[in-house]
Amino acid sequence: MEFLDQWVEWFPQLMDGYWLSLQVTAVSLIFGIPLGLLFALWVGSKKKFSRALALIFIEVGRGGPVLILLQFFYFGLPSTGLTLTSFTASIIALAWATGSYTSEIIRGGLGAVPQGQREAARTLGLSSWDSLRIIILPQGLRIALPPLLGFSLVILQTTSLCFTIALPELVGVANEIGSATFQYMSVLVLTGMMYAVVCIPATIFVGYFEKHLARHEAV
Amino acid sequence: MDTSQILAAMLAALPWTLALTFGSFFAGAIIAVPICAMRISKHKILRNIAICLILTLRSIPPIVWLFFIFFAFSQYVVQLSPFVAAIIGLALITSANMAEIYRGALSAVPKGQFEATRVLGLSTWHKYVDVIVPQVIRISVPAGSTYCIGLLKDTAIASAIGVSELAQVANHISQETFRGLSIYAIAGALYFVVSVVMALASRKLDIHLRAKVER
Repeated sequence: MEFLDQWVEWFPQLMDGYWLSLQVTAVSLIFGIPLGLLFALWVGSKKKFSRALALIFIEVGRGGPVLILLQFFYFGLPSTGLTLTSFTASIIALAWATGSYTSEIIRGGLGAVPQGQREAARTLGLSSWDSLRIIILPQGLRIALPPLLGFSLVILQTTSLCFTIALPELVGVANEIGSATFQYMSVLVLTGMMYAVVCIPATIFVGYFEKHLARHEAV
Repeated sequence: MDTSQILAAMLAALPWTLALTFGSFFAGAIIAVPICAMRISKHKILRNIAICLILTLRSIPPIVWLFFIFFAFSQYVVQLSPFVAAIIGLALITSANMAEIYRGALSAVPKGQFEATRVLGLSTWHKYVDVIVPQVIRISVPAGSTYCIGLLKDTAIASAIGVSELAQVANHISQETFRGLSIYAIAGALYFVVSVVMALASRKLDIHLRAKVER
C-alpha cells in the first residue's frame, strides 16, 4: 500500500493544481459563452462584410488546435512587445475557443425556435430587439443548454493543455511530481481519477438533463 | 532561418501529423466495433462494461492518457517510442467516440431492415455483414469525418510527449528564431487548410455513398 501513502502526500499539491484548472475553466466560460452568443448573432448579420468578419473570428478560434492558440498568445505575442502571464494567455485562448465552438451550439439552439414564435412576436408589434430578448433567446438558450454543459466539460479537460505554457494546473503539477519522483504511473493514475470523479457524474447528469428537457419539449 | 526554410521545416512535419491522425483514426474505428457491439449487447454486464469504458476514456483529458501510456509503459512494460504511444492513446479515445457514433448510426437504420433480415431467414452474421453494417458505415460518414477533423487538432497534444509533428516543430522553431507570432499563425493556417481539405473529401464521399443507394 505504498502508493496510498504517496497519494496522501501528493493530494494537497494536486488539489491546488485542480483548483487552478477549475478557475481557468470558469473564467474562460464566463467570457467565452457570451462571446459565443455575440458571434452567433453577429454571423447572422445581413451585411456581407460584417458576416465575413464574424466568420474570420470564429474560424481563428476553432480552425486550428487549442494548443497552437495557447502558444500563440504565450510564446508568440511577446515578439510584438506584449507579454502575457500564463494565466491571462490561457484565459484569452480558451475564451476565444469557447466563443467559436459555442457560437455554433447557440446558433443551432436559436435556429430550433419555431418560426411561428418570430412571426407571433412581430404580429404583437415587438421590436426586433425585444423579440430577440423576450421571445427567441430564452427558448433558444434552453435548447442549447445541454450541449453547452457538455462543452463546459470539454473545456475543463482542455485546460490540461495550459501546462505547456507553464501554468501550474493539475497536469502541470502531476508532471512536476512525476519528474521529481519518477513515479509517473502512480501520480498519473491519481490525476486521471481526479478528472474522472468530476467528469463522469457530470456527463451522466448532462445526459439525464437532456432527456428531461426533451421530454418536456414533446408535451 | 528565413521564411522559406521555416515553411519547409513545417511542411516536413505535416506528414507526421497526418500519420498520427489517420493511424489513430483507423485503429480507433476498428477497436470501436467490439466496444459498440458490447454497448448494444443484451447482456447487462457486457453493456455496463462498455458504458464504463466509454465514460472513462472520454472523461480523462487526452494528454493524461498520452502521458500515462508513454511514461507508465516505458517504466513497467516496454519502452515505447513517443509516436507509438501517441497513436495508442489517441486510438483508444477515438474508439470510445466512434463506438457512440456507430451506436447512433445503428439506431438510424430503419426498423424494416431488421425485420426484413428476419423474414429472409438470414443468419446473424449475414444480417450484419450484408445488410446492417454497410448502412451503418454510410450513416456514420458525416459524424465520423467531423470527429476525424477534431482528431487532427488533438494530435497537437502529441507534441507534449515529444513527437516531432507540426505543433512540436512550430514550438521548436519559435524558440529558435523568436518569431513566434508568424510561426504559430502559419501552423494554425496549415491545420486549417488540412481540415478544409478533409471536410471537402468527406462531403464528396458522403455524396458518392448516397448516390449509390439512391440509384
